[in-house]
Amino acid sequence: MRMSKTNLLLTCAAGALALTIGAASSAQAEGKSLTMCWAAWDPANALVQLDKDFTAETGIEMKHEFVPWTSYADHFINLLNSRSAECDLIIGDSQWIGGAAENKWYVKLNDFFDKNNISMDTFLPATVVGYAEWPKNTPNYWGLPAMADAVGWTYRKDWFAKPELRAEFKAKYNRELEPPKTWDELIEVAKFFTGKEIDGKKVYGAYVFSERGSEGITMGVTNAMYNYGFDYMDPKKPYQMQGIVNSAGAAKGMDVYKELFTCCQPPGLTNAYMQEGLDAFKSGQVAMQMNWYAFFPGLAKDPNVGGDKIGFFKNPAGPAGDFTQLGGQGLSVVAASKNVDDALAYVKWFAQPKVQQKWTDLGGASASKAVLDSDAYKKSAAYAPSFVESMGMVKDFWAEPLYVPLLLDMQNRVHDYVVANKGTSQQALDSLVKDWVKVFKQEGKDPS
Amino acid sequence: MSVTNNARGIAEGVAFRAPATAMRVRGLSDRAVAWLFILPTMLLLLAINIFPLIWAIRLSFTGLMANLPTPARFIGIDNYVDILTDEDIWANFQITAHFVFWTIALQVLVGLGLALLINQKFRGHSFWTTVILLPMMLSPAVVGNFWTLLFQPQIGPFNYLIGFFTGAAPSSFTMIGSVALAPWTIVLVNTWMWTPYVMLICLAGLRSIPDHIYEAAEVDRASPLRQFVSITFPMVLPFLMLAVLFQAIQSFVMFDLVNLLTSGGPGSTTELVSITLKRAAFEKWETGYASALAVILFVTIFGAANIYVKALNKVKQQ
Repeated sequence: MRMSKTNLLLTCAAGALALTIGAASSAQAEGKSLTMCWAAWDPANALVQLDKDFTAETGIEMKHEFVPWTSYADHFINLLNSRSAECDLIIGDSQWIGGAAENKWYVKLNDFFDKNNISMDTFLPATVVGYAEWPKNTPNYWGLPAMADAVGWTYRKDWFAKPELRAEFKAKYNRELEPPKTWDELIEVAKFFTGKEIDGKKVYGAYVFSERGSEGITMGVTNAMYNYGFDYMDPKKPYQMQGIVNSAGAAKGMDVYKELFTCCQPPGLTNAYMQEGLDAFKSGQVAMQMNWYAFFPGLAKDPNVGGDKIGFFKNPAGPAGDFTQLGGQGLSVVAASKNVDDALAYVKWFAQPKVQQKWTDLGGASASKAVLDSDAYKKSAAYAPSFVESMGMVKDFWAEPLYVPLLLDMQNRVHDYVVANKGTSQQALDSLVKDWVKVFKQEGKDPS
Repeated sequence: MSVTNNARGIAEGVAFRAPATAMRVRGLSDRAVAWLFILPTMLLLLAINIFPLIWAIRLSFTGLMANLPTPARFIGIDNYVDILTDEDIWANFQITAHFVFWTIALQVLVGLGLALLINQKFRGHSFWTTVILLPMMLSPAVVGNFWTLLFQPQIGPFNYLIGFFTGAAPSSFTMIGSVALAPWTIVLVNTWMWTPYVMLICLAGLRSIPDHIYEAAEVDRASPLRQFVSITFPMVLPFLMLAVLFQAIQSFVMFDLVNLLTSGGPGSTTELVSITLKRAAFEKWETGYASALAVILFVTIFGAANIYVKALNKVKQQ
């Protein structure tokens, strides 16, 4: 039986394909691989795309283990603590750095950086302190800034542009309806929108974080508290918190957050964090939304509320300052990994300016000064200018080895006051100081 | 024929082997054989119940944090003092007591009522029994998630239903997010889920009452109310008390359902002791402290259950 010419060609092509796939698989099977661990969210998809370049350049296969935010910290801290080699590389939260350094979960990178001419000066200073240094503000590096992030705000630009609403606002407050620059203005604008009927639906002024279980309400309330005078300790006396954490300004900041939550949060969102905020904004429930910048590229492209309908602004200032909550993560090499050399090769590759640029282009958020300070970046998206500005005014929560109890104590005290209306802000902060003193004593530090 | 032959063969085999077995166990007393039988169970119980309990008691006297590589440090009774002098923990015990009391009260009332109804002979009563039992068959995770959705103030049907009957705007109140309503919300959902269980136990009690007792009561012209007070209730009471015991223990250690519904919030309004325990053990990683709290909970439940069982035995004797 003779084969037709077409059949012969197809058979040859199939054979060639099979050989290629077979060769590639056997090369990968014989070759090396690295497992990258992170949270399961939009930027992680960008990282998968980016890592294809690393595999193409080095032949090292990249595997990814992405865990939902709800179990991200528990899951990976348990792995690190048990000296598991499941992850070779980890994009770990900024709060983990203290524990990771003191318990030697991460590889210290100073010598590696020196040998490979990787300079921390090429990254935004706040991200170096937040994602790489322990102890803070000392040149001891345990990570490379990987995913720059901070709290920012989105607003419905199309609602703000409605002539009838602008006129009403002007008549009421004697100023233009614009994105707020201070927390007082934020509350005014939020109250103005709350209860209005827009596009046939009752809307609310602002969405703010209120989640109780992990970190949500703390990551929200600090944006008000920093700007009214809250700080974690006396800069001159480490771990001295009395009168700083529970200062009158800090209490006022908490009151302001509570006022915003009480007046203008959509009903039912009393235990809500990132996803609930995105849902509220995308469904046209709120005029303004607090959330992490990492979500803003996705929102800017949203078919219903993106494009011309959305605007962005940085966290409003307060009487005591102009700060915002730092988010984001650093890239670290897991000390228990069996592939430390290959993992370090990845860090070296990731630190390259061209890779940092591509990382941002794909939807990640580089902390590289070259990327963020460029005019091209600032013009690349509507959120870019306020993001760059925000990254210059960030403050972060404790990054102590015992950050979890510190965080959960603050979650409880803030939620009790802001959401459950228990006691006063001053009482909540006084109790918080007592809680934190107890934790620091457990850690062997002297908070007196 | 072949069956008979086989049977004979087996019988012969047994007869043949029996002396050998007897030889093997000869020298062992009845007590020793009994021990041999229960030994695997005892070992299993020791490994999975008693050993962890003793280990937890040991840890409760240390300042161990399981997420740190530092070894456990003996701190005496500090953890117990911390817990017993902590106002927040006492508040959580009060919240738990509120939850247990109202859950049990409602489950007993509704469960007994349903059992009395189902005990009547009516058409389709088997079908309705199955329908009533459905909530109990669901996983607490499923129940927690769908009730969260039902309680959603803007799209949830629960608020619309209440609004329909009261005229209140559905989005004007929130069951899960309100300090006043959240404690009742968890009672409501737990009652919905576990009342069928109480009903089932009561039904078993009702079905165990011999008909001739009612027949005798009818001969004596006892009214239905008199029959209930003098026959039904006393005879169902031991069953009811057993249901209360099971449900009280279950409610006291309730975690999954409440955690999914409210996570203990708003604030700490619905933070049952079991949630505090979980947060201390697996979120703050205060292993020593959490062990002490677990020991206190164990002693509380064990003590209360013992007193209750004694009362139950008295009722049974009566």
